[in-house]
Amino acid sequence: MGYPHKPHPRETVVLSKHFGDPEARTYKGWVRRGGYEALKNALATDPAAIIEEVKTSGVRGRGGAGFPTGLKWSFMPKEKTKPHYLCVNADESEPGTFKDREIMRWTPHALLEGTAIAAHAIRAEVTYIYVRGEFTEPLAILEKALAEASTAGVFGNMKIYLHRGAGAYICGEETAMMNSIEGKRGNPRIKPPFPAAAGVFGMPTTINNVETLVAVPHILKNGAAWYKGLSLSNPKSTGTKLFSVCGHLAKPGNYEVTMGFPLKDLLYELGGGMRPGRTLKACIPGGSSVPILNREESESCLLDYEGCVEKGTMLGSGGVIVFDDSTDMVYQIMRLARFYAHESCAQCTQCREGTAWTTRILERILTGQGAMKDLDLLLDLADNMTGKTICVLSDSCAAPVVSGIKKFKSEFEAYITGKKRPVAA
Amino acid sequence: MSTATQEYQAVFAGKTRAQLDEILTRYPAKQAALLPALWLVQRERGWISDRSMTEVAEVLGLTPAYVKGVVTFYTMYHQHPVGKNFVQVCTTSPCNICGAEGVVRALLEHTGAKDLGATSPDGQWTVIEVECLGACGFATPVLINDDFIESVTPEKVPELVRKYR
Ligand SMILES: Cc1cc2nc3c(=O)[nH]c(=O)nc-3n(C[C@H](O)[C@H](O)[C@H](O)COP(=O)(O)O)c2cc1C
Ligand code: FES
Repeated sequence: MGYPHKPHPRETVVLSKHFGDPEARTYKGWVRRGGYEALKNALATDPAAIIEEVKTSGVRGRGGAGFPTGLKWSFMPKEKTKPHYLCVNADESEPGTFKDREIMRWTPHALLEGTAIAAHAIRAEVTYIYVRGEFTEPLAILEKALAEASTAGVFGNMKIYLHRGAGAYICGEETAMMNSIEGKRGNPRIKPPFPAAAGVFGMPTTINNVETLVAVPHILKNGAAWYKGLSLSNPKSTGTKLFSVCGHLAKPGNYEVTMGFPLKDLLYELGGGMRPGRTLKACIPGGSSVPILNREESESCLLDYEGCVEKGTMLGSGGVIVFDDSTDMVYQIMRLARFYAHESCAQCTQCREGTAWTTRILERILTGQGAMKDLDLLLDLADNMTGKTICVLSDSCAAPVVSGIKKFKSEFEAYITGKKRPVAA
Repeated sequence: MSTATQEYQAVFAGKTRAQLDEILTRYPAKQAALLPALWLVQRERGWISDRSMTEVAEVLGLTPAYVKGVVTFYTMYHQHPVGKNFVQVCTTSPCNICGAEGVVRALLEHTGAKDLGATSPDGQWTVIEVECLGACGFATPVLINDDFIESVTPEKVPELVRKYR
């Protein structure tokens, strides 16, 4: 659902409080809503104390990997001998995920405020906000907000620049992003060195997701204890999270809930349930890169990092893709594999060849040319694509394939045996 | 449009050169201005020709081959002229299950572009399929030039095309 809309009573509205309120986009409007207070206080606070507070809050990265944010910040050199950089990951391209876009469209100053606090905490002089090239509207809104806030002088000596991407999913991977900022092809880098040691321009760098950063002002304002208290299940998952819900659902959109919220309630209550006459078949809870859940797993999954792992998947970016009983799972898995094949940077053999080969095999199954042994071949390929490459794009392609074959095997077999009519792929 | 017989006009002159100069102050290395510089070229020329790549290489101290290597990595840089209205439709899985294919078909038909990637005979339209546009809850998102349009259905296509014609 678009904005403005009234939040569902079961949402915990923190980050999305001002979504749909055009006045919040302006500097004056943001200040009137209490904006930039947290930044003002932060600038008068020792960076180490801010990092400690963020650590205590338990907030973890919302870009997909779930790495503890305070800990990440603490990896930056204590002894400052070189310039430090902050990169903000606004490349949001993971299929199923559309939360950062909404944050930037409605509350650009929330991002700028969180960004400036992070830059202060890691002592970065320069920040690049890397916005995906297709996000024309968020870019324009951010540009305006940045100009207004800079004129108002809220960033002191810190420099914040927007850097527009140009169409490449892989540039959301942090080291690929740094290469892209440097004017190179977006190939991920081998780690180590880790960004905190040698990141963009070879300097100590921290990369954070948009949603991670917009949580920071709230943590500083309300205290780490408050944030830590926002947890419905596992205490290692704290805070609120924006879940983007899409696919076969009555009310797709973004919903902000406390960590540990039941996926079932997100789908059936907040998301309005399935379309009339339809039932849930499968769900991918963390963006297309994580294993697919079947109906039973989905209906018993708790939405936090641990709850998703318990069901054999991951929270990822919080992009929830819903498939109802009308879905051809084989076709959709092929479509996802094709995405990864298209987006592979082609550096690593396993990924370049594996994503393309996986797609070809799936296409052949769909067009009625598959054989039973293709399923073993797909699993074997997936095995060779997991944990063997510079970045995890290849693993991401394998995830829906492996979980798909495991949970929806009969659909693959129906194409192979000719029980199901071939389709164009 | 530049052809081999016409004299090449430098992109980085006047206001555009001034914009590039400002961009250069944002980075500690000249090369980092490459993506922004290519965006400037595309804004000014509509696409990025080999000659423009050479010019970008010259102003940033790179080689033309290097610039080409970067241009070809990123899908949003046009290496050929495109229609006046450049249309990108998301067809990734979440949009696919919500009817993106129908939107593509309707767009190809109503714009007269007929084939994906081809330009309509009147030079007005080029339609391509792209991967996830980051607006999956608003299927099907369509990007027409710089306008990001949410929740497009085949029924809305004729009206949309009329608006841009
Ligand atoms: C292929 C790939 C694509 C990614 N895309 C994104 C993205 O679009 N946005 C994002 O924030 N993180 C993305 N990530 C994760 C980043 O590498 C990084 O972990 C994250 O930005 C760190 O920020 P956080 O700790 O605040 O989550 C991607 C990772 C991989 C491997
Ligand atoms: S899948 Fe179409 S916008 Fe994400």
